[in-house]
Amino acid sequence: MNRSSRGARLLGHLVLCLGGLFFLVPFAWMIRVSLTPEWQLASGLKLLYEWKDLAFANYPKALTLQPFWLYFLNTYLVTILALAGEVFVSALVAYGFARFAFRGREALFLLVLSTMMIPPQVTMVPTFILFRWLGWIDTFLPLIVPSWAGSAFGIFLARQFVRGLPRDLDSAALIDGCGPFEVFRHVILPLLKPALMVIAVFGFIGRWNDLLTPLIYLNTQAKFTISLGLLAFQGQYSTQLGYLMAVSVTAMIPCIVLFLVAQDYFIKGLTLGAVKG
Amino acid sequence: MRRYERWGYLFVSPWLLGFLAFTAFPIACSLYLSLCRWELISPNVTFVGMANYRQIVAADPQFWNALRATVSYVAGAAPLVMFASLGVALLLNLDIPGMRLFRTIFFLPALLSGTAFCFLWLNVFDPQNGLLNSALAPIFNLLGIPLASLPKWIYSKDWALFSMVLMSLWGIGPGMIVFLVGLRNIPVELIEAALVDGAGCWRRFIHITFPMITPAVLFNLITGLIAGFQVFLPAFVLTRGGPQDSTLFYALYIWQVAFEQFRAGYASALAWILFLVILLLTLVSFGLSRRWVYYES
Repeated sequence: MNRSSRGARLLGHLVLCLGGLFFLVPFAWMIRVSLTPEWQLASGLKLLYEWKDLAFANYPKALTLQPFWLYFLNTYLVTILALAGEVFVSALVAYGFARFAFRGREALFLLVLSTMMIPPQVTMVPTFILFRWLGWIDTFLPLIVPSWAGSAFGIFLARQFVRGLPRDLDSAALIDGCGPFEVFRHVILPLLKPALMVIAVFGFIGRWNDLLTPLIYLNTQAKFTISLGLLAFQGQYSTQLGYLMAVSVTAMIPCIVLFLVAQDYFIKGLTLGAVKG
Repeated sequence: MRRYERWGYLFVSPWLLGFLAFTAFPIACSLYLSLCRWELISPNVTFVGMANYRQIVAADPQFWNALRATVSYVAGAAPLVMFASLGVALLLNLDIPGMRLFRTIFFLPALLSGTAFCFLWLNVFDPQNGLLNSALAPIFNLLGIPLASLPKWIYSKDWALFSMVLMSLWGIGPGMIVFLVGLRNIPVELIEAALVDGAGCWRRFIHITFPMITPAVLFNLITGLIAGFQVFLPAFVLTRGGPQDSTLFYALYIWQVAFEQFRAGYASALAWILFLVILLLTLVSFGLSRRWVYYES
């Protein structure tokens, strides 16, 4: 598409800029409100024209009204433990599906894909009962352990990737007397990095921002995640918009940093994964 | 590799165990529960056969409200998000300067916590000081329309659903990335050949670009339908299903029945109906896709 005419590109640029406004203005406003002292609010769009008398003190104040540092810690703990399991197990399972012929393989793989279609509402109540029976209510376990079985998306993506790797790589190592698990760990896993990155980025964003699971399983305030803490915060301080937005902006920072750092790697990973069918 | 057959099972076993515990068991359980009457907090489970389903279809106006709200939402949001994300991806693919910046901007909302996302839009929609109405007010003044007729967005029965659809436009990020990846994978030779033949912009799109990205279209269509039918958070945080049940999305209704009224059996029956609707739509989309999706291999 490199040879599109100048006019078309100019028009395209214009449309992108207008569309970008629709995305940027609410964000700019959010940041502006997070820096506005309480008595100044209620001035709508006008706030965006003047960036003075910024109340940076909103941030430390809002973040200490509730133990947000603790919520951050909880969210990191849950996200990282869940993610480590999801990434590693997805790769492991994908290797099994891609490289070993066993009876029922195709049917099992179809089953993996079809789990993506099940609305969480169907399994919500029985899963709740299961976790209550296990005594896991109000612990982090319901947020972590299910991820350790891998995810359909992760398994699918990693399998596409493994199938794109030359078979000689691992069969040579197998013939040399390495066990299949060593081959996976030393040959396959390092080559899967781009795919694992994509799984990790999507997984991180999804878990970091998940509200439904913590809402169902966590009751004690000291165990809240960021999303849940935000919801509770809104219940108490819904009129103090500045504080609310300060907390929202802070909660977003880890995901933005991750996306900026990973975006090229991540697009490359998706592209490579899509090439080989 | 035959002798490694048991290794295959070993490698997929973590997924299989997880599937049995966290998917197969809950699904079987919920199918049985949907045929029972059970208050989540009491120990008594009574088998009632199809009674829940009969009641849902014949005697539950809230079910029909929820279905209507959800179908209207999906009918509005799914095509809108699809066209917008395709449009943005096509524009970004023109090798425009600042491509990375634009890509990040359009992906920003996907990085925002769902809760914070909803708070932000709660304030965008505020009838008095909200971003939307304070942007519209000067235009209304200019046209001589009284400010009292500014829409009340999520606080008005007639505008609430439309507001939700408008808000869904903010979710084009992931779909846009999928389209971008699809566009990247079109072989350059194909486009060069079309250029040599003198094909214009529109003909190139219809005969090369679009057929080559139909797998991405199918992927976004199906994930869009699935996500649309499961929409929960905006209604849960912004409107609680109001005003007058105009945004009582199906997932919110299930939530209310299960975790506010503690009617676990009835909620399971509701969830199974949703599952069947999604399954049917997915199968139909896959079935029809043979006519328009093009796979290279």
